[in-house]
Amino acid sequence: MSAVEPRFAPGARVRVRRADPPGHIRTPWYIRGHSGEIERVCGAFPNPEELAYNRPGLPAQPLYRVRFRQRELWPDYAGAAADTIEVEIYQHWLEPAR
Amino acid sequence: MPLARGAAVADNMGAEESRMRQHHDMGGLPGGPVARQEHDYALWEKRVDALMVLLSQRQLLRVDELRRNIEALAPDAYDKMSYYERWISAITHTLLQRGVVTSDELGRAMAAVEAREAGR
Amino acid sequence: MSSDVHTHDPAHDHRHGHAHPPHEEASERLSYYQVMEIAVRELLIAKNVFTADDVRRAVEAMDARDPAQGARVVARAWTDPAFKARLLADGRAAVRELGYDMATFHLLVVENTATLHNLIVCTLCSCYPRMLLGLPPDWYKSRAYRSRAVREPRAVLKEFGTVLGDDVELRVHDSTADMRYLVLPERPAGTEGWSEERLAALVSRDSMIGVTRCRV
Repeated sequence: MSAVEPRFAPGARVRVRRADPPGHIRTPWYIRGHSGEIERVCGAFPNPEELAYNRPGLPAQPLYRVRFRQRELWPDYAGAAADTIEVEIYQHWLEPAR
Repeated sequence: MPLARGAAVADNMGAEESRMRQHHDMGGLPGGPVARQEHDYALWEKRVDALMVLLSQRQLLRVDELRRNIEALAPDAYDKMSYYERWISAITHTLLQRGVVTSDELGRAMAAVEAREAGR
Repeated sequence: MSSDVHTHDPAHDHRHGHAHPPHEEASERLSYYQVMEIAVRELLIAKNVFTADDVRRAVEAMDARDPAQGARVVARAWTDPAFKARLLADGRAAVRELGYDMATFHLLVVENTATLHNLIVCTLCSCYPRMLLGLPPDWYKSRAYRSRAVREPRAVLKEFGTVLGDDVELRVHDSTADMRYLVLPERPAGTEGWSEERLAALVSRDSMIGVTRCRV
């Protein structure tokens, strides 16, 4: 299975692109435009946006678990400063955070 | 604060932009208390689940197609239908899209089931 | 929940002579989607895609999966540090040691400690480690849980009777892709020397989702 090379390593700061395309999207709306840190590289998987239309979704996209601070996501977050959320995001949705 | 489909929202940097959130993509939206009562799955619901498993194993359906078809339901249908009603609808649409069944076949089969029921 | 082991045609399960559990749709008219389910299944059987027996066996296989399986995994991890290390490194391979097959899904086991509490949600649909725990509860699939668990997780936990101190990091996992998650709850105090079986009885489904903790 052909795969795209991983761009990011654990610990890298990344930003989730802000885009709202139609179709089957596995990047939740609430994290688009936000920045976090790569927690781990999960491997490469066929792109679900393409699989949803019965296309092969190749080359496989690296999938990452990205960790965000809750207080950075929600202006009114009512929890501890250390609280986090981790989301699996495909590489084509990520760019380096400035 | 993220709003529902089609509403213009201010992003974190203060700029207005129009955003489009798909109806099923509900993380972060306001919600009521989590209702704790559970129901025993009915046999028809378990059969829908079995259908998904059997079709996936035979590569006649991908879970991604199932999800896409669920997400394509109109918002009020999505909210009103039960979990397995959404599944059987999406499974059937996937099979139609794949050409495994035709609407004609489905229409005749469903009418036959209805007739059988009415005859009881 | 009884699994249906009668040898009759599953299409007529709700209309046969003998007694059946009351949750079957025995006396109500079939809904549009129930009719669709029957029609699709019968069509696919007629087309030799699968047999009625395949359907019955798939239903029984899912019925056989339940949270007790996950509880056994947790109890083994509590008592066997080497297994626990393998579980945290590669959940799928580790649970296979106990006979549980996760098929193609990767199982990520996340450990609760004194300073870290994990909570699992799938905001986009309702991904859940079904192959290990069986079917998820209704509330896990509900709008209220899916929308609020990422934004106000502590309030949601409180509804389940779980209160975390400010010194505890609450980490929510939104299961958006190919990973499936299992929380490894903290082993309760006062259980030293307990057998795996006795420990497993303390582990509820809800504690493996992360909305509750295990208690003696």
